[in-house]
Amino acid sequence: MSDNKLSLSRRTLLAGTAATIAMPSVLRAQGAGVKLGILHPVSGALSYSGTQGRLGAMLAVDEINAAGGIKGLGKIDAVLGDAQSTPAGGTAEVEKMNSAGVAAIVGGYASALCLAISQAAARYDLPYVVDVGVADAIVTRGLKNTFRFGPGFGVIAKTAIANLAAINDAAGKPAKTVMIVHEDSLFGSGLAKLLNAQLPQHGFQILETIPHPTPTRDFNNVVLKMKAQNPDLVIPANYYNEYVLLARTMQQQHVKPKGIYSVLGGAASSYKFVKEFPEAAKYIMDCNHWFDPKNPKALALKKKVEDKGQFFTYEVYMNYSCVLLTADALARAGSADRGKLTEALASSSFAGHVMPYGPTKFVNGQNQGAAPVNTQVLDNDIKVVLPAAFAQAKPVFPMPA
Amino acid sequence: MLSPVILIPAILNGLLTGAVYALVALGLTLIYGVLHIINFAHGALLSAALFAAFFAFRLLGLDPYLAAFLLAPVFFAIGYALQRLVIGPASHGDDRNMLLVTLGLSIIVENALLFAFRADTRTIDLSYAFATVDFGFAFLAVPRVIGFAVVFAVALVLWAIMRFTDIGKAIRAVAKEKLGAELAGIDVAHVYAMTFGLGTACVAIAACLLIPTYYVNPSVGDGFVLIAFTIVVLGGMGSVPGALIGGLVIGVVESLSGLFLGESLGQIGIFLIFIAVLLARPTGLFGAKA
Repeated sequence: MSDNKLSLSRRTLLAGTAATIAMPSVLRAQGAGVKLGILHPVSGALSYSGTQGRLGAMLAVDEINAAGGIKGLGKIDAVLGDAQSTPAGGTAEVEKMNSAGVAAIVGGYASALCLAISQAAARYDLPYVVDVGVADAIVTRGLKNTFRFGPGFGVIAKTAIANLAAINDAAGKPAKTVMIVHEDSLFGSGLAKLLNAQLPQHGFQILETIPHPTPTRDFNNVVLKMKAQNPDLVIPANYYNEYVLLARTMQQQHVKPKGIYSVLGGAASSYKFVKEFPEAAKYIMDCNHWFDPKNPKALALKKKVEDKGQFFTYEVYMNYSCVLLTADALARAGSADRGKLTEALASSSFAGHVMPYGPTKFVNGQNQGAAPVNTQVLDNDIKVVLPAAFAQAKPVFPMPA
Repeated sequence: MLSPVILIPAILNGLLTGAVYALVALGLTLIYGVLHIINFAHGALLSAALFAAFFAFRLLGLDPYLAAFLLAPVFFAIGYALQRLVIGPASHGDDRNMLLVTLGLSIIVENALLFAFRADTRTIDLSYAFATVDFGFAFLAVPRVIGFAVVFAVALVLWAIMRFTDIGKAIRAVAKEKLGAELAGIDVAHVYAMTFGLGTACVAIAACLLIPTYYVNPSVGDGFVLIAFTIVVLGGMGSVPGALIGGLVIGVVESLSGLFLGESLGQIGIFLIFIAVLLARPTGLFGAKA
């Protein structure tokens, strides 16, 4: 009996080994399909943004597959990952995706996650397309595998400050003092540092810079500080949940500055926020990622997302664009080879996206055409107010009482 | 920065938050006072109660304050059963075993929640969650004011139970002299389980007070239980008034250190107090001399 068992297991073992040896050639023989890692924080503190990001990426994947897949390579096989809102979670998913044999990874969302993911992916020369992560360190560490299609801090802060100064000047300079409320990880802290360096050059006085952790469930102390110092402008830089809570606490405590001007505000240009809390959202301005409101493809995508009962947030169209960018590079590389794909991404001039960007050109992994726009919550909708080329309305500043 | 415009509301907010901390600590101190065990499962039970309050609202449409009337008895029963069927038999009357059993229990409960509901942070949205009461010098959030009042009502009821009912007398007798109480005919195992049930019911009420303005995820209770331990140590192990006053003090300390040191360092004041109390007065404010 025991002998029998042994021989059986030996046979199984042999068969298993044979199958393992044969497998790579079987995969190659198929020649159809390419694996693409789609990695977002779909659980934990950032789960809302992560889920939206995954939605955008999958919309692009489904669209490409419905049209027959990538030319010469076949359909995209999406390998989904959950970074669990922690850098360690992101790193662990990269290991799994690498073992699964993905051609590239798209996603990351939060700066701290993107830093960890890019580093882990670099060890395997695995091309990584950053969907959002704005910290400039993501692309300035000389990692050859990392590409960011969207704009980074440097560009966003510069644009935001120039546009703020322009809006303030046009209104007769009503705002002089500023209070910055930022989340204390890489994204918020880095941005606060840039704002602190650049705002005084434009004549703004910074009264206080207040950091807070993510998640935070009580902004009473922060809003009390606002009440005591009465700044003309409040600049929040945090993720969705905290942004909404801050805005609602300000409304609750009857704090009304002349303007709420966010730089990459987590909710400031979110349809979800505007729909759920229209009173708290009114007249909030934001310098953020946005789609091109004059691009028919963007509007079609917006309709598709809204028809699904979802909100058309920046995570959606940025991930959508990043997957299209990667698919275009895969088609030009003609294979899922990591080295060839990296080269194809580096030389990309992809134009089929839905963003209000200039021509795509990567320098050290950063797309030079990427730029943010200014939006404002007007008439229960979010309108682009700057730059003029994409604007749908004129900014309303200061906020009417 | 020291302007009364922000100082007074910050202190009031601290008192309101502290009251809920006190309720969590009340359950912990009650269990310690009678059973002489440090209940490590307290935080996990709080997470479970928050989930219960969350789903009572989401699925049954039950307002959290009404849900308290349902959840308090349910969690009382859960607590009673846990002590009677799990903790008591598993620890064979040894205090050190009880400690380990409750620790194991907390791991099981937390991971069961993680398995069932994933790590997502969830919130409920109530129309009155952001309503305020205008006191002239401060706007205070309605849910917190309600919470404050409820905590004192619960403390009063708890005090009355301990003072006037037979089970209260039995609990006090067991806490003072277990063997003597047993000789006098008191069912010690039943009293233990009743106490554990009362402590767990406190946690369920605290959860219903928290959920309108707070969030829930499987590990949310850990943060509270750490604060509750500090309160129990500050107020004196096993002391009910100690837990109440300790809770209020810790709430104010947290609010003020958040105000002065920044939100990221808000909890540092609490743990400095924890260390200071352990060094200077290990029995706590109201604790009996060991």
